[in-house]
Parts: sequence; C-alpha cells; structure tokens
Amino acid sequence: MSVHKHDDLPAGAGCSRACCLRAEGLGVTAGDQVILHDVDFHLHCGEITALIGPNGAGKSTLFKTVLGQLPHTGTIDFQQAGGKHTRPLIGYVPQSPSFDRGDPVSVLDLFSASIDHWPVFLPTPRRLRARVSECLSRVHAEALIDKRIGALSGGELQRVLLAMALEPVPHILILDEPLSGVDIEGEKQLLDMLDEVRTQYDLSILLSTHDFATLEEYADKVILLQSTVLEAGKPAQVLSSQAFRDVFHLTLGRGVG
Amino acid sequence: MELWYAIVDLLPFDWAQPGSMYFMKNALLAVLVISPLFGLLSTMVVESRMSFFSDALGHSAFTGIAIGTLLSAAWKTFSGADPMWVAVLFAVGFALLFTYVRRKTSLASDTVIGVFSSTAVALGIFLATFGGGSFTKYNALLIGDILSVEPGKIGLMALILVVVIVLWVRSFNQLMLASVHPALADSRGIRVFWQEAVFSAAIAVVVTVTMTWVGLLVINSLLVLPGAAARNVARNMKQYHLISLLSALAAGIAGLLTSYYIGSSAGASITLYLAIFFAVTFCFRKQRL
Repeated sequence: MSVHKHDDLPAGAGCSRACCLRAEGLGVTAGDQVILHDVDFHLHCGEITALIGPNGAGKSTLFKTVLGQLPHTGTIDFQQAGGKHTRPLIGYVPQSPSFDRGDPVSVLDLFSASIDHWPVFLPTPRRLRARVSECLSRVHAEALIDKRIGALSGGELQRVLLAMALEPVPHILILDEPLSGVDIEGEKQLLDMLDEVRTQYDLSILLSTHDFATLEEYADKVILLQSTVLEAGKPAQVLSSQAFRDVFHLTLGRGVG
Repeated sequence: MELWYAIVDLLPFDWAQPGSMYFMKNALLAVLVISPLFGLLSTMVVESRMSFFSDALGHSAFTGIAIGTLLSAAWKTFSGADPMWVAVLFAVGFALLFTYVRRKTSLASDTVIGVFSSTAVALGIFLATFGGGSFTKYNALLIGDILSVEPGKIGLMALILVVVIVLWVRSFNQLMLASVHPALADSRGIRVFWQEAVFSAAIAVVVTVTMTWVGLLVINSLLVLPGAAARNVARNMKQYHLISLLSALAAGIAGLLTSYYIGSSAGASITLYLAIFFAVTFCFRKQRL
C-alpha cells in the first residue's frame, strides 16, 4: 500500500528532504484482533502531519508504536540530516486527563518531576527553577510556573506539556489530540506555537485531531487512518477524497474542509 | 531510651517528673515517630486516591492478628510469639497481592479494594470466632491503647520512618507523575510497580504495628486527614508536605495530652484534632479561589 498516492514524492523512493522517519508495513495485533496492518508513511522535518480517522481507528496505537512502546511488525527507520541512521528522539504530548482542581501540584512540580531527580517536596534549587523557567519560555509560558495544574486552561496545559516534550529538543514531536478541550483562542495560540517550534527547531510534528475545519491552515500533510492508511497527501486532497467521505459517512459532497 | 527520658524530664508537665510515668513518656516518643510517618504517607494516600485501600489494610491487619492468635494457640512453636508479626506478614502480603491484582485487571480500583477488603474481614471474623471463640478479646484492637507501647516497637517504627523517607526521596517524583498524569509517566518510561509495592507494603506495616496503639476504627483517618487538610490550602508539593506533616505532628501531640488529662482514647483524640484542622483549612480554601 503506497502512502504517497497524491503526494509529489514518488512512493518508496526515499526521502528528498534532509531528515525523515520512514515507517513501512507496520502492523499491530492484540490477541487475534488486528489493530493496524500495512501502515506506511513518511515524516519530514519542518513539516506538520495531521493524523485523522474515526475513534478506534488506531491513532493512539500508531503513536505508541512509533514511540516504541508496542511490539509491531514492519520497520521504522529514522535518518538524520546528513544521512545518518539513528534512533529518533521523540517528544510526546499525551492526551490529558482532567485534573482534580484542588490538586496541589504546581507547573514547577510537574515539570521538575519529569526532567530531574530532585524530590519535588524539598525546596527547589535555583538552577532547577531556572531550567524549568527557560523551558517554559520556549512556549511563552514562564508566567505559569507557580500555577497549579488544576487551575490551567486547556490551552495553557497543552503549552506546558509541549514545553516538557521539547526538553530535550526532539527530532519528532507527537501530539495526541492537542486541540481537544482547547477553546478557539487557545487553539490559535497553540497552532502558532507549533508553527514557531517547527521552524525554530526544524523538527517533524505528528498530531492527531478531529477538527477538520482548520486542517488546511496548518497541516502540510494529512494521513487518513482506519487500521491502515486509506489516504494521504495534501489536506485538500484527503478531505475531498472518496475514502474520507466513506469513513465519515458524508454523503453530500464536501461537507467539511 | 535513657536519653529520651532525660529530655522529657525537662518538660513542665506533672507526668514528666524523673523516675515515673514511663508509659506516658514512651507514648509521647511513639507519637513523635508515628505522626510524621502518617503525615508523609498521607500525602501519597490522598494524592493517588488510596484512602479506601488503606482502610482495607486495617481490616487485613486485624485478620492477621486473628491468624497469629490462632497459630500461637495451636502450635507450641508459636506460643508466646507476638501475633503482631504474623499480622505484619499477612498485611504486607495482602498489600503486594492487591498492587499486583490492580495492575493486572481491568476492574476499577475501588472494586478490587472492595473484593480484598470484604474477603479479609470475613476471614478475620471467621478465624476469630473459629470453634465458638468469643470476639470480645479483639475489642481492644478496635479502640487501641497508645499507653501500651513498648520501646522495641518504637524502634521498629523509627526504622520504618527512615525507610519511608528514603523511598520518598528516591521515588516520590515518579509516584506523583504516575498518579497525576499516567499517560505522561508512561511516555517517559516510568514504571512504578515496585515503588507502588514498597509504598503499599510500608502502609501495611505502619497500619499493623500501630493498630494496637491507635485503634482499628480510627487508624485510617490518620492516613487520610493530614493530606486532606493540607490539600485544602496547599498550592504546591512543598506546602502540601509541610502542612500535612505539621498537622499530623500537632494533632498527635495535642491528642495525646488531651487523652492523658481527660482520659479519652488517644487515637480518637488525635483524629478529632485532625478533623478540626480539616475544618479550618476548608474555611480558608474558599478565599483562595
């Protein structure tokens, strides 16, 4: 199954860009249930790729596979700029649970617990606080450092989690439905942030979303997944494809996008 | 202990006079050791929503004591042995098995706890009344008596306090991440099974050993109230720990003194002080938001 049906890159011809993650023939099964099969795709640095598909299509499973958390068939190959093949460093922004509003966990607590061994219940050393503040400044969130995570808005929380995924700066950034639970203002801020991050660090971004209306504004490529890749290419191509209409049961032409 | 008695002798209380009332001096030392322990464990019990679990552990500790009592009556080898040791073993086994089952099943945590808790209680009552035995001899466990504390047990609790502090310094960050944001912890490769196992085993030992001092009926409140009170007002983990520790310590000392002067149960008095702290912090909570 070729992914680049509608892309300007020839299928299977390797990457024309400087760095690239190539997944070929990925398959994941749980028991005798096939969750993913024959999944092929490429991620290029500096590009935002949106993963769409109905619930249960295997989006989260695909993320876990790329993160190396699941046994799978097929290959994932990563080639750095300059052609060196290495294990990619992946930053991951998971979908967030709703926190207990009274949870006495500050942004500083959450952040330092995940990047450092210093116990969070002891007074924070100045160097650690400075490091967290610097990381937060990458997403213009240094003002949130002493806020409790339960008091953050959806967009603020996503920015904090994004800052955590950017420490250390990864090759590939994966975001699991970053726009759900975020209001319109927060969505715009977050997308601007991703745009800034991608140009500044030249990394590839893979995110899943159910919001098709803004896809064309920010995504370079869209992958439509339902246990395998049904369609991949430019947003307009995928959104107008028959496969897209079939999957989302849209009978009246271009209802979305 | 001599050093401790020498220090207490300096206090301006009538029971603090040199050469007398050792039971009260032991009890004060015991309170000074166990209340920070409860304060510390409480932060995590509340944070990871395990208050129902610690309650279940109290029940399993009772069952352990029933088993220990039965063993010492049945076999010569065990006669004279303190049933508490059997109870500690039983409770630790219970805690580890629970941690394991909770990991392996898709059932909700409170359902798993319910299964374990009711089984433990049923087994305890079954064994306690085995062969027409009377339950009354276990009544003391329900209320507890802190004045019965022995120096050896205080040493044991001090040792546990050290172990828990080491566990906290090494593992608290990971335990916190895993409970606050499981998906994030997962993506960072954090596997907390063993830390959780040690943590619940520590609760098991603390609950079992102190049950005879504090009383089964109120022991769980010591694991829940300090953290709950601190949660009302704390804005971060430092404040949370500090307030939890201080309220446990203050309530421990105040409860012991109250029980001495008016003759009430120490465990119940400490719990009531903690409940007052909770009420006070609850009132301040409104102003924060």
